[in-house]
Amino acid sequence: MSQPICPECGGTVNVPADALQNELLPCPDCGTELEIISLNPLTLERAPEVEEDWGE
Amino acid sequence: MIRAGVVGASGYAGGELLRLLLGHPRVEVIQATSQSSMGKFLHQVHPHLRGRTTLRFISPDALQPCDVLFLALPHGEAQTHIEQYTALAGTIIDLSADFRLRDPAAYAAAYGNHAAPDWLPRFAYGLPEINRPALRETRFASGVGCNAAATILALRAVRDAGWLDVSQPIIADVKVGSSEAGSNPGESSHHPARAGVVRPFQLTGHRHEAEIRQAFASSGPLDVRLSVTSVEMVRGVSAAVHVTLPPGLAERDLWNAYRATWNGEPFVRIVHEKTGIHRHPEPRLLAGTNYADVGWEYDPASGRAVLLCALDNLGKGAAGTAVQCMNLMYGFEETSGLSFGGFYP
Repeated sequence: MSQPICPECGGTVNVPADALQNELLPCPDCGTELEIISLNPLTLERAPEVEEDWGE
Repeated sequence: MIRAGVVGASGYAGGELLRLLLGHPRVEVIQATSQSSMGKFLHQVHPHLRGRTTLRFISPDALQPCDVLFLALPHGEAQTHIEQYTALAGTIIDLSADFRLRDPAAYAAAYGNHAAPDWLPRFAYGLPEINRPALRETRFASGVGCNAAATILALRAVRDAGWLDVSQPIIADVKVGSSEAGSNPGESSHHPARAGVVRPFQLTGHRHEAEIRQAFASSGPLDVRLSVTSVEMVRGVSAAVHVTLPPGLAERDLWNAYRATWNGEPFVRIVHEKTGIHRHPEPRLLAGTNYADVGWEYDPASGRAVLLCALDNLGKGAAGTAVQCMNLMYGFEETSGLSFGGFYP
């Protein structure tokens, strides 16, 4: 599997060969939590922060 | 194996040096001097060395020829006896401030008259991260000022990127631990007076400013100003250097600059985490190591950046760097004897 870069810091992120779509993994350089948006093509985005729905 | 001696080995830097050298695979420590502790076993002064050596401190007058002499003397002592030491050993590594500045006028302005000014240009400045080629070629290496080293390493990536504005003052706010004051007790180090302290120590005119200006002389006359504060910590330096960067830079640009400067350096690590509690360099994590951690905080709206560096003043700020210099001077693996990674919590 190719090595994408972190959208936050530009660091190289090692994605395991058996990674799944929507899997979360941290950037080894800046620690940003990243989400695998797509496996083909391999696309990473910053994972959304935990949000409250305030019961609505 | 090379045979090493440590002159002035009863101080904190001398003790750290002995700890590192006794674990070095290419070094045999054959002698350690101390005026105040002559005849004592090394572990009677440095208790962490118990079981590591049976050496006892000797008088400086009893020094024997050896391959390398480390000088861990109070400032002013090494320059007074430099001819004596160079007659005993082909390689000299001095931890004091005596040979850090190459320009006699700069030395005189910072420290007063030098007893052996002709020796100043013969020493290579002992911070490998900015002077590695010269250290590979020299027989005489100086030490580094721990506060200067932290400030130099904090500034280096931004300087390399061409972002330093030499027309602006560069303010380095440096927090330091109690071991910087040395092993001789005094009123200011008495526990009731020192514990819990946040004590502005020297906010203007610190002597290490000259060392930083020398390190970056090729960038122009840097107006760098150190402000040093003693805090509740035994080992450690934490430098926060305030600068204004050119407009238009983004966070990724700083990452690129730091990677360009520091990738491949064995003892400098970039610490700039988005999450967790250890987002910036922290000296506590570096105690006993030869690492310097660097990082930054940047506000794109104002261009203001705070450039960070943490290190152990006795490690990367003194003895660790001295051993790293020795490794370079002898062609050893640069990290040899310096692999300790610290402990946590």
